Amino acid sequence: MAILVLAEHDNASLKLDTAKVVACGQAIGGEIDVLVVGQDCGAVASEAQKLSGVRNVLVADSASYANHLAENVSDLMLAIAADYEHVLAAASSFGKDVLPRVAALLDVSQLSEVIEVVSSDTFVRPVYAGNALATVQSLDDKKVMTVRSSAFDAVAFDGSAELVTLSQDIAPQVEFVTQSLTESERPELGSASVVVSGGRALGNSENFAILEQLADKLGGALGASRAAVDAGFVPNDLQVGQTGKIVAPDLYIAVGISGAIQHLAGMKDSKVIVAINKDPEAPIFQVADYGLEADLFDAVPQLLEQL
Amino acid sequence: MKVLVPVKRVVDANVKVRVNADNTGVDTANLKMAINPFCEIAVEEAVRLKEAGSASEIVVLSIGPKASQEQLRTALALGADRAIHIETDEDLVPLSIAKLIHAVQQKEQADLVILGKQSIDGDNNQTGQMLAAIGKMPQATFASEVKLDGDKLVVTREIDGGLQTVNLGLPAVVTADLRLNEPRYAKLPNIMKAKRKPLESLTPSDFDVTLKSHQKVIKVTPPAERSGGVMVSSVAELVEKLKNEAKVI
Repeated sequence: MAILVLAEHDNASLKLDTAKVVACGQAIGGEIDVLVVGQDCGAVASEAQKLSGVRNVLVADSASYANHLAENVSDLMLAIAADYEHVLAAASSFGKDVLPRVAALLDVSQLSEVIEVVSSDTFVRPVYAGNALATVQSLDDKKVMTVRSSAFDAVAFDGSAELVTLSQDIAPQVEFVTQSLTESERPELGSASVVVSGGRALGNSENFAILEQLADKLGGALGASRAAVDAGFVPNDLQVGQTGKIVAPDLYIAVGISGAIQHLAGMKDSKVIVAINKDPEAPIFQVADYGLEADLFDAVPQLLEQL
Repeated sequence: MKVLVPVKRVVDANVKVRVNADNTGVDTANLKMAINPFCEIAVEEAVRLKEAGSASEIVVLSIGPKASQEQLRTALALGADRAIHIETDEDLVPLSIAKLIHAVQQKEQADLVILGKQSIDGDNNQTGQMLAAIGKMPQATFASEVKLDGDKLVVTREIDGGLQTVNLGLPAVVTADLRLNEPRYAKLPNIMKAKRKPLESLTPSDFDVTLKSHQKVIKVTPPAERSGGVMVSSVAELVEKLKNEAKVI
């Protein structure tokens, strides 16, 4: 049976998360179709056609899909779901918003944040902020699931899928008002190979500038702990943790972050973790590959100098 | 506007849980239990809507073992008007929970359901969205601001790249993100008063809802432990190790 992957995009370009979800689809096995829903998203669709191992790219292009609102995207997915046994999306704010709605419309349960495929109906997912891994078998005829993209390697862009245009148009049931996105020239937090994160110890938003310099020097993304976000040092879409973004870069540098359970849930699968903290008792040192007990205001400028 | 707020009893957020010896789940016996932090934020928001004159009555609901009544009493002490407990010892999936919440919403004729965006035990992040789908209602997930403007709800949502604002017609479902508000502490007189507020106890069979089995947990295992790292004494040593040992820069 076939697998439907909901593409993640901003109407202009496809997000790498989609290539990772396709990789999860390949692990399940079966024909993979990618669904692109949006407005004026032709460029996204042609990018999706290149995803390795994809059979069809279904495109629903209409003004009513411009803002990817869950209500009409889920109705559209319900309309085409009959042909698929698996329905997948990235566990992003978009995937998390839409997919449970699709599952409920199909009267099936959903599996959230799948990190491993055991068989076509059995999957592994973290629970309790990543402190336990549950292997769950779905008893439903359709398996609807969100995929933790940091757990899969993106497929190559060497395919040539067929383009299929969908004509269903489902009017929005919610009025979209505004959107304000944080502008940044750094790589996206979720897919960066280096992440530099700061916590409460930075003291204020001005001091985050030294971490920005460090991130830029390493070609990485900037992250933050909840304490730093709540204190207003940085916008909340930079938060790493159970309730923020889950990252697994090659190098994660935690600066002035104590390492609460909720923060560790978002970064402990990073390949190499570096912690800089002046408190030798901070729990972050228990997961760090390299720990440096030092005042960040001394250590970070030195680090900048020596890189 | 009548508001329904479902709350969940979970292991306290600061407790580190351990997988049990036979790998069937986590040990929750003797652990400190609390109201799920996101549910607490949902209750606080409902109370603030009432204080602002937007909400007329706040009903809190919990579905779970008898002990969940403690969390309902907590919600009543925070300002909810009355509570409904649906007692079950079964571990229900979010879809089944959403069906029961929908049944209560219909019975109560609630205009707005505010839930937490996820429970910190199952980490599913599904119930609110499923409830909205079952009730054919609009949804605003991951809310960081909620206002009633005439007969419309104006909600600001936290999305991956920043913030998004939507207008919802009622009835609607909102799920609360961490930054929606700072929940208050229950004062002793309010805790005493909460003991006398109405708490209705029901069971799933009191509703015309069929619940089926959707998934089976095969096993629960602890995640791979990270091997202990090393402490370095200087920035120079750190840079040297990152370059030559870990080879990440």
